[in-house]
Amino acid sequence: MTDEPTTLLRLIPLLPLAGAAICTFAATKNLRPVAKIVGPGSVLAAFLVVLAAVARFWKLPPGSALFDRVWNWIDVSALQVDLAFRLDALTSVMLLVITGVGFLIHLYSLGYMHEDPDLPRFFAYLNLFTASMLVLVLAASMPVLFIGWEGVGLCSYLLIGFWWAETANADAGRKAFVANRVGDAAFLCGMFMLFWGMASAGAPSLAFTDLNRMAPDLASRWPWLVTGACLLLLTGATGKSAQIPLYVWLPDAMAGPTPVSALIHAATMVTAGVYMIARLSFLFAQSPGAMQVVATIGAVTAFFAATIALVQRDLKKILAYSTISQIGYMILGVGVGAFSAGVFHLMTHAFFKALLFLAAGSVMHALHGELDVFKMGGLAKHLPITSKTFLVGTLAIAGVPPLAAFFSKDMVLEAAFMHGHPVLWFLGLAAAGLTAFYMFRAYFLAFAGESRMDPHVEAHVHESPSNMTLPLVVLSVLSIVGGWVGLPHGFLWGDRFGEYLGPVFAHVGGHGGEHAEAGGATPLFLMLLTVSVAAGAIFAAWKMYGAPSTLPDEMEARFPRAFALLHGKYWIDEIYDLFVLRPYAATSRFFWKVLDSAVIDGVVNGVGTVLSRAGESGRRLQTGNVQHYAFAMLLGAVLTAGAWWLWR
Amino acid sequence: MTAFWILATLAVLSAIVTILHRSPVYGALALVQTLLLIAAMFALLDAHLVAFLQVIVYAGAIMVLFLFVIMLLGAEDEVRLEGRSALRLGALVSAVALAFELATVVVAKRVDGSALPASFGSTEALAERLFSRWALPFELTSLLLMVAVVGAVVLARRKA
Amino acid sequence: MTVPIGHWLALSAVLFSIGAVGVLLRRNLIVVLMAIEIMLNAVNVAFVALSRHLQSMDGQVIVFFVMTVAAAEAAVGLAIILAVFAQRRTLNADELGRLRG
Repeated sequence: MTDEPTTLLRLIPLLPLAGAAICTFAATKNLRPVAKIVGPGSVLAAFLVVLAAVARFWKLPPGSALFDRVWNWIDVSALQVDLAFRLDALTSVMLLVITGVGFLIHLYSLGYMHEDPDLPRFFAYLNLFTASMLVLVLAASMPVLFIGWEGVGLCSYLLIGFWWAETANADAGRKAFVANRVGDAAFLCGMFMLFWGMASAGAPSLAFTDLNRMAPDLASRWPWLVTGACLLLLTGATGKSAQIPLYVWLPDAMAGPTPVSALIHAATMVTAGVYMIARLSFLFAQSPGAMQVVATIGAVTAFFAATIALVQRDLKKILAYSTISQIGYMILGVGVGAFSAGVFHLMTHAFFKALLFLAAGSVMHALHGELDVFKMGGLAKHLPITSKTFLVGTLAIAGVPPLAAFFSKDMVLEAAFMHGHPVLWFLGLAAAGLTAFYMFRAYFLAFAGESRMDPHVEAHVHESPSNMTLPLVVLSVLSIVGGWVGLPHGFLWGDRFGEYLGPVFAHVGGHGGEHAEAGGATPLFLMLLTVSVAAGAIFAAWKMYGAPSTLPDEMEARFPRAFALLHGKYWIDEIYDLFVLRPYAATSRFFWKVLDSAVIDGVVNGVGTVLSRAGESGRRLQTGNVQHYAFAMLLGAVLTAGAWWLWR
Repeated sequence: MTAFWILATLAVLSAIVTILHRSPVYGALALVQTLLLIAAMFALLDAHLVAFLQVIVYAGAIMVLFLFVIMLLGAEDEVRLEGRSALRLGALVSAVALAFELATVVVAKRVDGSALPASFGSTEALAERLFSRWALPFELTSLLLMVAVVGAVVLARRKA
Repeated sequence: MTVPIGHWLALSAVLFSIGAVGVLLRRNLIVVLMAIEIMLNAVNVAFVALSRHLQSMDGQVIVFFVMTVAAAEAAVGLAIILAVFAQRRTLNADELGRLRG
């Protein structure tokens, strides 16, 4: 396995970064046309460079990579970190998704944000985000990955709170940043642990190739180190990828503009955690304990978030909880060792989730910001393109074959079952059913049936312009065919996707996503089970919401406490507030009022006061009466003579 | 020995009168008496030249100057020692303490028996010392006197 | 019988203290200056006595210098008193408190 050097890779993040700089300049000088061209243009340029780089990569023998060492960043005796990029199979997948879907979303934003006065600033942030995400996936070592990691966190904050004049938006941005910060702290601790291990083992480096090589050595010497570091890194991933326990920021993040939700909170940033675990697959594979935790968190989150999505009224919130749930699938996939399955679902999810969010944005655009599905209805006839593409996305996420998610979701669930995690498999299956149900609930309520719209709003309903509908169409095509690269074993050309990613995960004992050989009929049986569960769920949704029905209200009346729990989102935010935020605020207040104001300021001011008072007292010696001064001299003489007299 | 006691007692008494009498004129006269008695003590101590200088310079020149100024300013009689009691007490205590400390000094004994040279305390003896070992301080003293003269002139000038 | 040196020094100390009391407790500036002269003379007595005791003329040379300085100091001091009187029309030490800080 050799690395071919190139200088092409640095262009990929550099182009959007330059775009961000230009758009910032345009924002200060109010040059809207410049931003409108440069914003999407820089991402398109990056996409073209990606194509060129990937084409170059495909010519290399399997297992190689393109390598670009840009600069020697850190150079202190024990630690050498280069600013270096590396393109292997995994990175190539991520790059295509980020730049491809990213460009479509930039294009969409031209239409969606058309009237917004802050358009240049928007594109500046969006470009900066894209650059950071590209750095993240191109990084050849952990510190460089962390640069991108932090960068996307920052841009997420900036973009969620884009309309910061509304306090709620600013609060949401802050919540996202703080939750991410907790995860980042854990990430750093994990990285430090790894470096300690690497340095103690004689290889003081944090490059992925070196970590790859040394992983078995580290695990045999210090198993607790590997497990501990993996768990800490996992915590970092839960922050970035919105899993239990740090998912709480994602529903609030819907306060940002919809293209942001599509790009950051569906297709890219939230997948960073999954990517990071996949990138460190060899490390995680050395710790079965950590893997178990990963898989459990993924499955539980998938189920948990799906239950909350059942009762949501806000269209974007439904999609937000759906995202949390779907990422749970990805985490479950990598947790059971099916790394390429997890990445496969990451890719298909990017397609259909971006599609769903953009379509929701299209609905908002038509209804002047209305998001309550109970105030929609019958939109299919007013918004033909939007509703058809939304339907495609819904079918995809529900796992209806032959659309994309069916293959990826099925691969994950099969891996869970075959690798010996029946409970987790069951949770995943249940979540799949719930997913199909609530997504079709959303579709029926919004697009089918009779209109429940406010008449004033209904009068202005119109389909979106082509720069918004074109991305929808492209994404719906991808949502249909995107899964065809990962067909079940033995079917047509089989799992080409898994084979493509094989060399990246070769070190994890062949669990690269290849289907287990054992149990020939079991996979087929599982597949049929999944499909029937999905079908049943769609039918139930149609029954309850497809036509006017009192069934939902009856159910709510029969299980009031369960519904209250779901409506309250399991009261997680309130629990965090009570047990984490309030004690923290109280501690801060203590440090402020007591330690800082009273003690430290008291000491410092006290010194000043003491000196000042001393000076005041000393001043009283200056009476102005010369005889008093003479007395002082005499006293001094007496004392000096006395001292001499005593000790002579 | 007797001479010493007489001179000493009288000197102390005149000094006390100097500082205690309410009229500055009487105080000045008492001071003159003190100075003359001290000149006598110098003579007793075989310091003849210094004794003469004491009379001429101190009692003769300096006290005349004092009396001039007293007459010029018409210094009034003053009410007795009205210092604040704290200062009064402190000053008296300190002075007594100082006197005690200084008086109880033990001085190294020279061979008392050996007789003094005959020229001890004479003009020649003083001059010999003054212009050899103490030549530099002598010159500096002349500088000091010049400064004093200039200072006195400057201070006495009226504003033009 | 020669007078013991201790007697002379005791005398000098007593005169010095008398002078010190005068400096501190009299309000008339001229009297204060006179008390200072007493102190200087007390010191002279000590020097001369020790000069004889140690059989060295250096003591008397110093007395010579002390007298010179005393003369200069008395001249300047009286000049100052005259200047102060010209400005403030008082010789009362308590009334001259401009040095108060």
